[in-house]
Parts: sequence; structure tokens; C-alpha cells
Amino acid sequence: MTAVFRRACAVGAFALTLGGCATTAGPMSSADPYEPWNRSMFEVHQAIDGTFIRPVAKAYNEYMPAPVRDTIHNFFSNIDDLFSAITGLASGRMDQAGHDLGRVIINTLAGFGGLIDVATSGGIPKGNWDYGLMFGAWGIPQGPYLFVPLWGPTTVRDGTGAVARAFTGPISFVSDVPTRNIMYGVAVGDARAQAEPTYDMIDKAAIDKYTFIRRSYLQRRNYMLYDGKIPPDKEDE
Amino acid sequence: MKRLSKAVVALMVAAFALAANAQEAPDALVKRVTQEVVGIIKSDPKVQAGDQARIREVIETKLLPNFDFERMTALAMGRNWRTATPEQQKQLVEQFRTLLVRTYSGALNQYRDQTFDFKPLRADSNSSDVIVKTEVVRSGQAPVQIDYGMERKDGTWKAYDVIVGGVSLVTNYRDEFSSQIQSGGVDGLIKALTTKNAGGGK
Repeated sequence: MTAVFRRACAVGAFALTLGGCATTAGPMSSADPYEPWNRSMFEVHQAIDGTFIRPVAKAYNEYMPAPVRDTIHNFFSNIDDLFSAITGLASGRMDQAGHDLGRVIINTLAGFGGLIDVATSGGIPKGNWDYGLMFGAWGIPQGPYLFVPLWGPTTVRDGTGAVARAFTGPISFVSDVPTRNIMYGVAVGDARAQAEPTYDMIDKAAIDKYTFIRRSYLQRRNYMLYDGKIPPDKEDE
Repeated sequence: MKRLSKAVVALMVAAFALAANAQEAPDALVKRVTQEVVGIIKSDPKVQAGDQARIREVIETKLLPNFDFERMTALAMGRNWRTATPEQQKQLVEQFRTLLVRTYSGALNQYRDQTFDFKPLRADSNSSDVIVKTEVVRSGQAPVQIDYGMERKDGTWKAYDVIVGGVSLVTNYRDEFSSQIQSGGVDGLIKALTTKNAGGGK
């Protein structure tokens, strides 16, 4: 099993088992009925991430030259754009899907297989759509908030989306196992290194990191789902 | 006579320029301040070298005068604002301000070669409360919207909220503040903020 896949499975397993969990202590936020459980998972995450992963992410950002980091990031970003186009299309977002498809074509052909992000310089915005948002566009509610160690904040809906993404590849389609594992490893490493400035910011800004991350995540996803035009009755989600 | 009328015209022009400056539109203000700060970040050797004192100075002198920290703190406190004494309110504003400066200087450290897009203001010209929209574009990243909630007070516009990619600073802190107040009252919140600013309270 590979890292992303394992993480994705963990999310799915959580989504399934948590449905049967009893809610005890009064939840602080209606979006987070499993807060006590989530908080302990957050502690686990902090312990593992802080000890083993964060130092590596910091070193990577510091010592790996920016052009190398950007190239690696662009490669995976180009794959994300393909999924953004597909899920956008399935959500009826023609403009965004079109932009992302255009980005994939341009970056793959003119950007050496996605290594250079030519499309952004050309003014085609990245859509950042995904399965979780697609489910949201279909009217599926976000479900309870979850904090998954080594993955981060999510919801039942977004977590299910992440599982769907892990199964639909394209890395999972790579048949050579060592190559596939390396690709997973680099993808996960890139994602974590990209998140490091956010970790730094949270360290500086948050009084209670758990609450801060939860509120940021839920605000962010809601904003993305409604393209910034959040209907008044959904504002508190 | 001709000389006099020239002087009058000159005076009128000067007065008009002053008035126009005092009524700088909120979007124009955001654009000017952003460009000023980005200009400094790109050209100032001390900022480039990561000199924290200099970065804070830039924030203090260029950014902060355009923020309404009292309104910000009151909004983040919500209902609890009115239960705080004037002395507590003063401390809260001061501590919150310090916290935001720390956060902002961290964010400026991250600045690389982003480009800023300034969106046209969509509000009627008489409104005294607007949202100014900007967008940051970077290679390989989705554009990040940075919006400023701004209010006109005594003829000048000041920001009372910053919304980064849909994450409102004020809304974020509302949860933080209310949970602190729930467990330790307003004084508990002041203490938590002070500890945080002193570098502790991870």
C-alpha cells in the first residue's frame, strides 16, 4: 500500500466508522459533532508531523532550489487540473472546466508535460475543483468535520472525494510498482512542503490551533463551493 | 486683476486636489498601499535580508494606519465586546493588533514573485461599507482572492476585515475568542492573547 492510498483508506474508514460513534461532550460547533475525537486525532497528527515530517518539509523548502520545487509542483498541479476539469464538467461548471482543460492541454504540450505552468502566465486561471466540491455541487451536504492524522482537516464529503481521487489515479494506474511508489512519495512530499507556509502562519496566528484550522478549512471549502457567493443560509457552515 | 484670478484658480486646484486625496476611493487606497508595500519588499535590501525589525516597521507605518483595529476586535468579540470594560477593550485591541502584526510579518516573509490583480469596485458611490477585491496570481497555484472589508469613517476608508481565499480573519477569530471567553472570561482571553504575543502558548 502506498502513502496516498493508505491515507485515502484511512479517510474512508473514518467516514464509515464515525457514523456509528456516539456524540458525547457538547459540540462547540454544529459542523464538528466529533470534536473530542477529532481533537485527539489532531494531537496525534501534531506529534507525528512535528517530529518526523515537518523538519523534512522545512529542509526541502530551504535547500531544494526553487526551480526544482516549482517543476515538481507543476507536474502534479497539471494532473490536478485534469481532475479539476473532469469534476468541474460533472458539476456543470463549463467555464471553469474549460479553463482547466485548456490549462492541461497547454501545459502538457507547451510546458514539457506539465513541468512548466505556461497557462498561468497566459492568464488562464487554475480552477482547483475536486470530487468533494463536485459532491457539494450535486447538493450532498458536507457531513461532520473530521481531522485525519497525516492528512489534515476534511469532512465526510471531502474525505470521500479524496478516496475517489486516489482510486481514479492517474498515479494508481502506473503499473511499475517502484515507479508508482516514488510518484506517490513525491506527490505527498510536494503537497506537504507546499503546506509549510500555512503551518507557519497558523503557528503565528492561532490561539487554539485546532479551532483555527477547523474554522479556516470550513470557510475555505464553503467559499470555493459557492465561488465566493455564499448564500446567507450557508454562511455558518 | 488677471494675476489675482490666476491665484484663485491655483488655490481652487489645490483645494480640489486635497479634497480628492481625502476622499481616495477604497479600491484606489488598497491598490496604492499594496503597490507601495510590494515596492518596498522588492527593493529594500533590509527586507530582502529578512530583517524582522524593518519588516515590522514597514507594516506599522504603511499598513496599520489603514486598519480599524477597534472595529476588528469588536467584530471578532461579537456579543462579548459589550460585556468587556473600557480598560479590557483597550487591552484587547492592543493585543489583537500585536498578534496581527506578527502574523502579517510572517506572511510578508513568504512573499515571492506574485502579481496582484485589482478588481473594479462594485458598489454604489455613496456606500460607506464596501468589499474591495484583489487577487494574487502565482505560477502553479490557483489565484488567491484577498478581499478587504472597508468602512468609511470621518472621510477616510479603513479596513476592518481581511478575507484570504474566503477565510475571514474576523470570523476565524470569533471562534477562537468565544472559546477562550467561555473557559476563562474576558480576562482569560486577554491573558491567552498576551501569552501568545510573548512567544509562548503554542
